[in-house]
Amino acid sequence: MTTFAGSQAFIGFIYLIASALFILALKWMNAPPTARRGILAGEIGMVLAIGGTLLQLGIDGKLEHIAISYGWIFVALGIGTAIGIPLGLVQMTAVPQRTALSHAFGAFCVTLVGTAEYYLGVQGPGIPAFKMSVLCCEVILGGLTVTGSLMAAGKLQEVLPQRPITFKGQNFFNLSLLAVAVVIAGYLVHNPAATHLYPVMVGIALLFGVMLVIPIGGADMPTVISLLNSYAGLSAAAMGFVLGNKLLIIAGALDGSSGFILSVIMSKAMNRSFTNVLFGAFGQVAAAAAGAQEARPVKSASPDEAAGILAAASKVVIVPGYGMAVAQAQHKVRELYDSLSKRGIDVRFAIHPVAGRMPGHMNVLLAEADVPYDRLMEMDDINGDFAQTDVSLIIGANDVTNPAAKTDQSSPIYGMPVLDVEKSHTVMVIKRSMNPGFAGIDNPLYYMDQTLMLFGDAKVFVSNIVKELSGGHA
Amino acid sequence: MGSALIDGLFVFMMAGFIGFEVIKRISPLLHTPLMSITNALDAIAVVGAIVLVGRHESRPALILGILATIAATSNIVGGFLITDRMLRMFKSSRPTKS
Repeated sequence: MTTFAGSQAFIGFIYLIASALFILALKWMNAPPTARRGILAGEIGMVLAIGGTLLQLGIDGKLEHIAISYGWIFVALGIGTAIGIPLGLVQMTAVPQRTALSHAFGAFCVTLVGTAEYYLGVQGPGIPAFKMSVLCCEVILGGLTVTGSLMAAGKLQEVLPQRPITFKGQNFFNLSLLAVAVVIAGYLVHNPAATHLYPVMVGIALLFGVMLVIPIGGADMPTVISLLNSYAGLSAAAMGFVLGNKLLIIAGALDGSSGFILSVIMSKAMNRSFTNVLFGAFGQVAAAAAGAQEARPVKSASPDEAAGILAAASKVVIVPGYGMAVAQAQHKVRELYDSLSKRGIDVRFAIHPVAGRMPGHMNVLLAEADVPYDRLMEMDDINGDFAQTDVSLIIGANDVTNPAAKTDQSSPIYGMPVLDVEKSHTVMVIKRSMNPGFAGIDNPLYYMDQTLMLFGDAKVFVSNIVKELSGGHA
Repeated sequence: MGSALIDGLFVFMMAGFIGFEVIKRISPLLHTPLMSITNALDAIAVVGAIVLVGRHESRPALILGILATIAATSNIVGGFLITDRMLRMFKSSRPTKS
C-alpha cells in the first residue's frame, strides 16, 4: 500500500508528537489550574494526527479513488461533528449517561473497523495468526463494551429499569457465553476463513455486554462505567496492534489504565472486589434487607428549625449524594453555602468517592453551581474533622453515611469506608421519606439522638432553609 | 511479524506504566473530566477508520469505515467540548493571579 518511505517516516513523526501531547494532556489534568492546558494539548495532538493521516492518504492513495475517498471522509467528519456538539453540551446532571454513551461510540468505531479488517483480510491476502488473535480481542472487547455501555446509559437515563435483574445460574450463563466466544476466537485464529463463525463470535460478545450490565444496580454504576472505560481503551489498543499503529496502542493503553485505576478506586470505596461488582452480590443484599424492620421513632424538623440550628453553628459539613443530582438541588445548595458563609460559618463539602453515578460526579455538579473547588473535601481528608463539626447536613446521600458499615457485621455494606458523620454534634438528613434507599439497606444513623430528619424534596427544602436564613437576617 | 508484535507490546507496556503513574496523581476532584478527556483521546481510533475509508477496497468496508469515522468524530468533538465546559466551572475561592 505505502510506496513512499518518506511519507511513512513523516506520518510516524507526526504520530510521535501526538503521543507526547496525549501524555502531557493527562499529566496536566492532575489539578484544576493546569487542566485546561491539558485539553489544548490533547486537541493539538488530535488535529495533528488526523491532519497527518489525511495528508498521507493523499500521497499514497490510488488516484482514481482519492477524490471520492476525501469526499466521504469529510462527510463523515462533518456528521460526527454535528452529533458530537450536542453531546458536548448536555446538562451536567446528564454527564454519567453521556459518558456511558461515548464509551459505546468509541467501542462501536473499534468493532466496525475490526470487522472490516477481518473481511478484507479473508477475501484478500489472508490473516496471520497473530493479527487474527488481536483482532478477536478487539472485536470481543469492543462488542461487549458497545452493548454494555448502551445498557448502562439506558439505566442512567432511566429508559431501562434501574433495578438489578438477576436470575438463577446467571454467573454460570455469563461465563459460559464468554467461554464460547473465546473458543470461537481460538478456532478463528487457526482458521480465519471460517467466515460463518465470525458473526457468531461478535453476536455473543454483544449479548455478553447486555448480560454483564443487567444485574448491576444504580449504586454500582461508578465502578461499571470505569470498567467499561477500561475495556473501550483496551479494545482501541488491540486495534492498534491489528493496524500496526503505535499511536493507537498508546492512546488505548492510557485510556485502559485510566479506566482500570478508576475502577480500583471505586471498588475500594465500596469495599468490594471487581468480581464481586461484576458477578453481582445484590441477591444477598435483597435477602438481608428482607429481615424484620419495625418502625422506630425518628426526630424530624421543619425548615425554620433547621435554619436556626445552622445559623447557630460555626462549622458545617454538607454531604451531597445522588439524591442532590436527582432533585437538581446543587444551585440551591450553593445559595445555602453563600448564605452561611456570609454569616462567617465555615462550610465544607464531604465527597465520598462513590457518591453519585460516576467518579467525580458530585464535584462537577457543585463546580457547575459555582461552589469553589477548595471547599470540596475528599473522604480521608475530612473524616477526622467530623468530631469538631457542629452540623453535618446530608443531602440525598444514604449508604455512604451508614455507620452500620463500621459496626454491623451482618450489614451488606459492612467494611465499606463511610463518612463519619455521626461524630458531629448534630446530623440533619434531607430525605423524601423513611423508605430505605435503592439498595434496601436500613441506616441506623436516622434513629440516633443527634439526628434530625428533614422530610421533603431536597431542592424545595434547601431553598426553604435559605429563605428562613435570609428572612431572619433582614 | 514477530518483531512487530514485540515492538507493539513494548509500546503498550510503557504506555500502560506511564498512564498508571500519571493518572494515579490526578485529583479525585477531576475524575469526571478525566474520564471525558480519555474518551476523546481514545477516539484517535478515527485514524484507523479514516484509512479504511481512504483505502476504498470494497463497498461494505467503505460503509463500515464511514460509520466508524462518524462515531469516533462525535466522541472527539463531544469529549473535548464537555471536558472544557466542566473545567471552566472549577473555580477556587482564593483570588486567581490573572
